[in-house]
Amino acid sequence: MLGERRVAELLKGALAQARIGEVEIVLLAGHEALTRFANNTIHQNVAETNVEVAVRVAVGKRLGSAVTNRLSPEALVQTIAQAEASARLAPETPDFPGFPAPQPTEPVFAFDEAAAGATPEDRARLVGEAIRLAEEAGAVASGALSTAVEEVAVANSKGVFCYHAGTRVRFRTVVHREDGSGYAERSAWRWDALHVPSLARSAVDRALRAQHPREVPPGVYPVLLDPYAVQDVVTWLGYAGAGALAVQEGRSWMNDRIGTKVLSDLLTLWDDGRDPAGIPLPFDFEGVPRQRVVIVDRGVPRGPVYDTVTAAREGKPSTGHALPKAWPEAVSLGPLPTHLFLAPGDATPEDLLRALGEGLYITRFWYTRLVHPRDCVVTGMTRDGVFWVEGGEIAYPVRNLRFTQGYVQALAGAKQVGNETYLLSNGRFGADRVPALLCEAFTFTGVTEY
Amino acid sequence: MDELIARALNVVQLRGASYADVRVVETTRQSLLVRNGTVQGIGQSEDVGFGVRVVVDGAWGFASSHRMELEEAERVADLAVRIARASALVKREDVDLGPPVVQRGTYRTPVEIDPFTVSLEAKLELLLRADAEMRRVRGVTSTEAEMVFIRQRKTFASTEGSWITQEILESGCGIEATAVRDGEVQRRSYPNSVGRHQQTRGYEFILEQDLVAHAPRIAEEAVALLSADPCPDAVTTVILGGSQVALQIHESCGHAIELDRVFGTEAAYAGTSFLTPDRLGRFRYGSEVVNIVADATIPGGLGTFGWDDEGVPAQRVDIVREGIFVGYLTDRQTARRLWRLLGPSPYVPVESNGAARAMSWNRIPLIRMTNINLLPGTWRLEDLIADTDEGIFMDTNRSWSIDDRRLNFQFGCEIAWEIKRGKRTRLLRNPIYTGITPEFWRSCDAVCGEEHWVLWGTPNCGKGEPGQIAHTGHGASPARFRNVRVFGKR
Repeated sequence: MLGERRVAELLKGALAQARIGEVEIVLLAGHEALTRFANNTIHQNVAETNVEVAVRVAVGKRLGSAVTNRLSPEALVQTIAQAEASARLAPETPDFPGFPAPQPTEPVFAFDEAAAGATPEDRARLVGEAIRLAEEAGAVASGALSTAVEEVAVANSKGVFCYHAGTRVRFRTVVHREDGSGYAERSAWRWDALHVPSLARSAVDRALRAQHPREVPPGVYPVLLDPYAVQDVVTWLGYAGAGALAVQEGRSWMNDRIGTKVLSDLLTLWDDGRDPAGIPLPFDFEGVPRQRVVIVDRGVPRGPVYDTVTAAREGKPSTGHALPKAWPEAVSLGPLPTHLFLAPGDATPEDLLRALGEGLYITRFWYTRLVHPRDCVVTGMTRDGVFWVEGGEIAYPVRNLRFTQGYVQALAGAKQVGNETYLLSNGRFGADRVPALLCEAFTFTGVTEY
Repeated sequence: MDELIARALNVVQLRGASYADVRVVETTRQSLLVRNGTVQGIGQSEDVGFGVRVVVDGAWGFASSHRMELEEAERVADLAVRIARASALVKREDVDLGPPVVQRGTYRTPVEIDPFTVSLEAKLELLLRADAEMRRVRGVTSTEAEMVFIRQRKTFASTEGSWITQEILESGCGIEATAVRDGEVQRRSYPNSVGRHQQTRGYEFILEQDLVAHAPRIAEEAVALLSADPCPDAVTTVILGGSQVALQIHESCGHAIELDRVFGTEAAYAGTSFLTPDRLGRFRYGSEVVNIVADATIPGGLGTFGWDDEGVPAQRVDIVREGIFVGYLTDRQTARRLWRLLGPSPYVPVESNGAARAMSWNRIPLIRMTNINLLPGTWRLEDLIADTDEGIFMDTNRSWSIDDRRLNFQFGCEIAWEIKRGKRTRLLRNPIYTGITPEFWRSCDAVCGEEHWVLWGTPNCGKGEPGQIAHTGHGASPARFRNVRVFGKR
């Protein structure tokens, strides 16, 4: 680890030598290790130490950027100079409001010594336990167990300096046996919060129940979605429309719906980068403190998340949801929620099955893609356990199905929300915490051979 | 750098490695984005580091670092060995790489104009002009124009005696126009969607695309699509434009022939494959007009190089010959395993066919597509349309989804036209087609000829954990498929 003092020295030292316009530096540093297994053996086992220092320079309203993974003071000065050279060439960006001024940022503790100190042997021991459980059931396990220490810092020439060090652990496994499979996954920032054997048992149980699936024809069915599938729904709602840029450009599912009840009143969705129940990061990549933003309140869309640019267009303050901006491609995305929470309900897993009565119980979705943004229409496949439910009980497993469904319409018909939430990585600097969900109608448009 | 490599190889051998390789990779990247008439960013990056991959006690370990220092080389080498020993705690069989691979040499992407010698001003002027041409069209809501240039220098050295240096250059560009009205969002892209088209070529590739000339057309099409009729629900004949055929190859053939997927080592993430070893050499994948090769030697492809990241020379191999599945993409370990499984066969390579590719220094090589090309047929596109009594012509991918064995797919396109009595007629919006991979390729009855054949670039292929993005090539021309289920937005 670099540590806050060394990061502060490096970034403030580099800023002090920059005698030009405005400068912003974002530092990401980390050590990540991942033990991957398949066919009941560890087949890939890797570790990485890396940094990324991303510099943006504004000369008036002209912007340039440069990125390096060299950490010496000389490299940082060179990178600032490169960004400045680009800025001087660029035409003005008329609505650039300047880099943000300092705001008080309360730190959030999310660093676990056990996670930071986990060894290759620790990971191998837990993976070995997961494999043993699969083998005992005559099944084949694959998956990955990862641990990471991450440091994030943002500094700018207006005096912003924010630093956060956190840990992250993640386990996921797919267990196959003959013609069915099961799945389990969790993320956490504490090593002890990751119960690998119980997750492995859950995936094995699901795989055993998924044997000899029957075909169910495409059609519209009521569905009970496990939290893994619900995360896909929530992630697409966030990615494809809960950022201000999408709303401002008229391509969000929220357009024409803000303030109107369009989803089930059982649903409340918010983003909170400060909640230790997630994987916290208390500030965004412009150094603005992350606000808790209610995106949907009891079925009513309340509005998107903002960065400084999209907020300035509407005369509002940023909500602290900027992505790293040194890459021009990221600019196209605008601000996004990366720490989503969907409020749990009070239904137990048994309640949910009873309430479903007859329909499909789905473990997770796979390879989902946006077909049409305004209703958040998504297509994808089911995977790793689909079951037909009759009389409130699992009747038999079914073959995987393709769906093409407006997520907005599906959530309008949400009838029950589970009382347990899973924390699941979203791969974008955060994680989402979501419950299971019962929806009255979901459109399946095809089947596959398994 | 040479000293760092030598030190790392020395340390791992002293610690008991039976095999090791070290890769040093230095990547320089420049990207420019113009959005709605303003420069959104000029991004430049440099990234350098090294990775040490070892086999110890018959198991794999890998460690990597950005710190190019001798002490760090020792630490990382030591860590790689420790990780391999931990892998060996949960091992079923020893790693078998087959015969040693000893290669020495240098490769450099041939370019006419080094894109890093072209001024930023010239690049920005071209993007701004293309963007302005799109914005002149009434009804366009937002526009984007982008360029990307990448230079990757890499050195590979192994305990078997290989020492290879390569410099791969890539150039990419694209424009995109979006129109929004009454809840309808329509987008058109050129030359390809998802940001850009890309090749291992120089700035001459950018100039050949002529973004400015194509900008008004795609903007007009985006606006026209707002009031176009929806694509009907039907089972009909479909002609796909070349870039969509490339996407179809990538998803339904390219991934399915990755031998690591076949052997289950991607089961938890990317998935497996329906092309199991018992089907090799006998399974009818497509019709007799379907001929697919994996060719890492063809100039310009994003999967073109001198050696893969295990030091195996670039090769061209048959994948589908007259519709029959005849070949996989392999690395050293899976090639050996296939040979042990099936024994000598015309379809089983004795050694790897060179498809092990790593995103950078901090990732291990995985089996990745090189250039997976559908060989050209004989048709002219105009003749193919004239030969089609009723059907739909679809072009430019908009959405893509396929199951984890690469069978059930559903792809959406940006634009379509109805074909009636041999003529392209009314415009159709939100076209989607769906099918099962072998049924779809078996229904292919015509492939257009060389004059329509383009080596498309896919710079966004994800696989592996930790995630890796590969750049792959797909040569394709328009092709016709019968009895395809199509529909519009649901």
